[in-house]
Amino acid sequence: MRQTRSVEIGTGLFVLLGMSSLFFLTTQTTGGDDFKAESVYTVEARFENIGSLRTRAPVTMSGVTIGRVTKVAFDAMTLEAVVHFVIDAQYDQIPDDTDASILTSGILGSQYIGLQAGGSDMYLEDGSEILFTQSAIVLENLIGKFLLNAGSSDEDSD
Amino acid sequence: MKQTFLDLRNNLIEFLRTFGAFQLFFLRLLRYSPEILTTRLGLVVKQVHNAGAQSLVIIMVCGLFVGAVLALQAYSNMSKFNAEDWTGVAAAFALVKELGPVMTALLFAGRAGTALTSEIGLMKATDQLSAMEMMAVNPVRRVLVPRFLGGVIAMPFLAAIFSAVGLYGAHLIGVEVFQVDVGSFWQQIQLTVEISDVNEGIIKSIVFGVAASLIAVWEGYNTVPTAEGVGHATTRTVVITAITVLVFDFMITAAMI
Repeated sequence: MRQTRSVEIGTGLFVLLGMSSLFFLTTQTTGGDDFKAESVYTVEARFENIGSLRTRAPVTMSGVTIGRVTKVAFDAMTLEAVVHFVIDAQYDQIPDDTDASILTSGILGSQYIGLQAGGSDMYLEDGSEILFTQSAIVLENLIGKFLLNAGSSDEDSD
Repeated sequence: MKQTFLDLRNNLIEFLRTFGAFQLFFLRLLRYSPEILTTRLGLVVKQVHNAGAQSLVIIMVCGLFVGAVLALQAYSNMSKFNAEDWTGVAAAFALVKELGPVMTALLFAGRAGTALTSEIGLMKATDQLSAMEMMAVNPVRRVLVPRFLGGVIAMPFLAAIFSAVGLYGAHLIGVEVFQVDVGSFWQQIQLTVEISDVNEGIIKSIVFGVAASLIAVWEGYNTVPTAEGVGHATTRTVVITAITVLVFDFMITAAMI
């Protein structure tokens, strides 16, 4: 009887430890979602090039995450990328001439949308579209331009 | 020439027979499993204790050092790109998706699998299993199924503990020794590791748990009932489990990418 008891205690301890490890793995190592909103509204923006922007990428304003990208699509008519994102409904006073640009966090970091407030009296609402957008900076294009400039300035000096 | 061909054919047939018997054995274990789980839970608890609780020390110590060495390697390579913050991410991905389940399964085969095989093998060699049959007790139900279930239940928990302790080991090396900022260490992990990555690890550990327990029980049940036979069966458990786990690991990873 004593032996059964210690076996049961040991097993209970083991399973408890296992479950708390599973809990730790599923909650502490994942998510990191600093965006939680009770209600949201959807806004749309069109970009020439979105780089490597993915769904679930953060949408920030002044560095604070206020929304999240929900859908990335390609418009075959205008040949542009269409990005849908949601914004926390408590921020309902964002001017409708706000501009959206795709930025990169850190040198190798992931891409996100940064909003820069405009000055309009009208506010963004569900279904509105951001008209002023700035595409992602693609490193290869940047290097290409740099090399081109370096090449031409060499010719100038010769 | 003809003789070699005949030998080859016989070997092939023998292999197919063993393989088929193995599948049928698996089905037999599965058939009794619900009944044992509901009516003889005490037997299963004892086996979870044997396979799981008693493996805790080896799993935790190995996990700590595997996590620590991952962080060490990751840090020394990441620091070449000034990306020390990613030390934790490298260790977390390696642990949660691969090394957690795989290392745990290999350790499990060495610690619990061998114990199962030799225990059942010795029962067979000393005619305990035959004695049970004479008393109209089904040894598959009474002896094999609880041991199989114990391993299957213990394995996912062991793998989770391995990964969690491993992350602590990575934290010790990355944050305490190399002074990576603790905030960015964990934040990078949280931003990069997805719930699907954790699920992949859990699925792997369940599959490995079934495979490792099944092989151990099968080898024990089919032991040649001599001292030498028990030794051979124990060795085969470790070898076959190791191969099976690594092949399955590749297949699951390929399927989930």
